[in-house]
Amino acid sequence: MILQRKSDVFFCSLLLGVLLICLMFVDAAVSQRLDWKSSQERRAIVRVLALTDLCLSTEARYTRHPSMADLHTPFQDHPLALDHFPSGAILAPPPHLQPQNLGE
Amino acid sequence: MIRLQNIRKIFNAGQPNEFVALEGVNLSIGSQEATALKGPSGSGKTTLLSLLGCMARPTAGRITVKGREITSLPERFLTEIRRETFGIIFQQFNLIKGITALENVMIPAYPKGEKHASLKRRAMDLLDLLNIAGKASAKVEWLSGGEAQRTAIARALINNPSIIIADEPTAHLDTTLSREFMEIMRQLKKEGKTLLIASHDPIAYESDVIDRIIEMRDGTIVPPADGS
Amino acid sequence: MGAIEKQRHILDFTLATLGRRKGKNIALIVVYTFVICLMASVVFFADALKQEAAQILQGAPEMTVQRLVAGRQDLIPTHYIDSIRTIRGVQSVEPRLWGYYYDAFSGANYTLMVNADLNNHPGSIIIGAGVARRSEPGKPPQTLRKNDLVPFKTYSDTVVTLQVKGILPSESELVTADLILVSEADFKTIFPIPAGLATDLVLKIRNAKELATIAAKITRIHPDSRPVLREDILRTYAAVFDWRGGVILLILSGGFFAFIILAWDKATGLSAEEKREIGILKAIGWETSDILLMKFWEGTAVSLTAFFLGLFLAYLHTFLASPLLFEPVLKGWSVLYPHFRLTPRINIYQIAVLFFLTVLPYTVATIVPSWRSATIDPDSVMRM
Repeated sequence: MILQRKSDVFFCSLLLGVLLICLMFVDAAVSQRLDWKSSQERRAIVRVLALTDLCLSTEARYTRHPSMADLHTPFQDHPLALDHFPSGAILAPPPHLQPQNLGE
Repeated sequence: MIRLQNIRKIFNAGQPNEFVALEGVNLSIGSQEATALKGPSGSGKTTLLSLLGCMARPTAGRITVKGREITSLPERFLTEIRRETFGIIFQQFNLIKGITALENVMIPAYPKGEKHASLKRRAMDLLDLLNIAGKASAKVEWLSGGEAQRTAIARALINNPSIIIADEPTAHLDTTLSREFMEIMRQLKKEGKTLLIASHDPIAYESDVIDRIIEMRDGTIVPPADGS
Repeated sequence: MGAIEKQRHILDFTLATLGRRKGKNIALIVVYTFVICLMASVVFFADALKQEAAQILQGAPEMTVQRLVAGRQDLIPTHYIDSIRTIRGVQSVEPRLWGYYYDAFSGANYTLMVNADLNNHPGSIIIGAGVARRSEPGKPPQTLRKNDLVPFKTYSDTVVTLQVKGILPSESELVTADLILVSEADFKTIFPIPAGLATDLVLKIRNAKELATIAAKITRIHPDSRPVLREDILRTYAAVFDWRGGVILLILSGGFFAFIILAWDKATGLSAEEKREIGILKAIGWETSDILLMKFWEGTAVSLTAFFLGLFLAYLHTFLASPLLFEPVLKGWSVLYPHFRLTPRINIYQIAVLFFLTVLPYTVATIVPSWRSATIDPDSVMRM
C-alpha cells in the first residue's frame, strides 16, 4: 500500500514513535526482570560490608558519603570558606541536615 | 442575485489618511448575467468587487445575496457564503507557491472536510476541462502564464460556486491568452454561472460575453447614457 | 467523519508548506530533538539512579551512630557499645573503622575500610573495581590483579605494602568502586587511630518501629552522638536525584524556556510572504479558525517528531551507551569514577512531564503570536 497523502505518512511516523515508546517500556520491564538477581547481589554486598552511600563522586568527603556528612565538612577549611568542589553543586545536603529537620 | 443599497466604504476612518473608496453605490446584479466593471485605478472597482464577493463589510448601506442580507453576518457565516457562492480569480493569480497545481486547486475545499479521493477527482476533472491535466503534479513556479491562469480558474471553480469574480484577470496576459480567458468565461456563463469582471482592458469589457458594463469613477458609478 | 477529514486536509497542506523549506525545518527538528534528548536524559538518569539507590541501600545498616564534637564528626569511643547494646530492641552493635586515603600516585581518593574477615589475613586487601584501574595520570591505564602489591603511605611517613587478595565484582561498582578493605592492624598502621576509638558504630535493630525511640535513647545516654537512620540515607538519595528540585529542575527549566523563546521568535517573525499567503487562504474561503489549525499542525508536526526522536535517543544514550553527559558533571574533580550501567526505568509520569515541558509550549508559542495575522481581512489580498 503506497502512502499517497502526506498526512498519512505523518500519522504513520507518529504511530512508529508511539511504538518506539512502547518498545522502551517493554525493554525496561525486561531489563529490570533480568537485572533482578544482580540487584539483589548489590544489596547483599551493601549489607555485608555495612555500606551507606553510593560511590558517585570521590572528590570530597561530603559528596562521597553525603548521608554521613555533617554540616561542617564542606566548609572545614575556614569558617567563611565556600564549598569549592564541583560535585557539591550537584549533590544537595541530605534532608536530615536541613534546618527544618535539624530539631529531630 | 446580488443587491447593493446605498453602499459607502471608508478606509482608515477618523485618521489623517482617511479615504472614501465608495460613496452612494446602488447596484443590482442579475443571475447568470455577465457584468464588467470598468474604470481607472482608484475608481473603487476593486473595493466594489471585494464587497460584492463578501470579502469586506461596507461602512454604511446594505448588501443582499440571493435574497439574504449579509451586511451584519458574523465572520463565520460570511466565510461560508463566500466559500460556497463565490469563486475568485485574482489579478496576480495568487497561487500558493511551492506546492503543486492540483493541491492549489483543492485548497478552497479543505475546510469542508470532503473525502480526499472524491475531492481529488473533482480537481483533476477541472484541470482536465481546462486542458492542463498534464500539469497536475507540477509545482506552480514551473507553470507558464497561461497554465497558471487556468489553475487559478480551476481553483475558483472547485466549490462549484454560482458567481465568478475576476479582478483584472487579463492584466498580466498577452492578447492570445486574454482572448482565451474570455472564451473560458463564455463557457462558464453557458453553464449558468454569474460573472463579475473588473477590468480596464477592452478585450475583457468589450467582449460579447459581457451583458452589462458598469463604469466607475471616484468611488461612484457613472450613470449610463441610457439611464438604467 | 468530516471533521477528521478536514484535519487531514489541513495537515496535508501544512506538511506541503513545511516541505518548501526542507533544510530549515529539518535543522529545527534536529535542534529540538537535541534539547529534548538532553532533558529526557537528565530525567531518565536521575530517576533510574534514584530507584537503584532506593533498592540497594535497603541493605544499609538500620542505624549508624556518629559522634559530633563542636559540630564536627569525631571518632567515637568503642565503650559506647556497652551502653548502647543494653537498649531494648538493639540486636547488635559493631564498630566501623573507615576513612579516606589519598593515593598520590593516581591522585585518587579511596575509601579505606576495615573488614573483620581480613583480620586473619593481615597484609591482604580486597579492592573495588575502580581501584583496580589505578594508574598514573597521563599514563596508559594499568589494571591491578590478584596478588599484585600496592604501597600505602602511613601517617608516620613509612610505606606499607599490601597484597591484593581479591577484587570486588564490577556489577557492584556503584557502591564499591573506590573501596579498599583491609585488616584492622593494617588500617591502624596507615591511620593514627588510637585504641578504643572507631569511626562510627553500626546497629542491627529488630523492629523498624522502634528506631526513633532507640535513637532518642542513644542521644540521651550520649549527648555527643548522632544517629543516622537508614531512612535518612534513603531520603538523602531520593532528594539528590529528585528531578523536581535542585540542579535538575534548573536544567529542565532551561530547556523549557529555550523552547518557548525559539518558538515565539519563529512565530512572531511571520514574513510578509507568510502573511500574504494567509490573506490568500482567507480570500478563497478559509476561516480564522482554519488558519489557526494550520499553525497548530505546523507546531505539532515539528515538536512531536522531535519529541519521539529525542525520547528514543535519550533512552539509548542513558541506558545503552554509558551516559556521556553525566560523567563529567558528577565526577567533578574526582579521579575515580565508577563504571556502571543503570537498569532502564521509564514511566508515564516522566513522559507526560517532558511532553508538557516541550511539545505543548512549542505548539502554544506557535499559535498565539499568529493570532494577529490569522485575523487578517480577506480583502487584504485584493489590495496587495
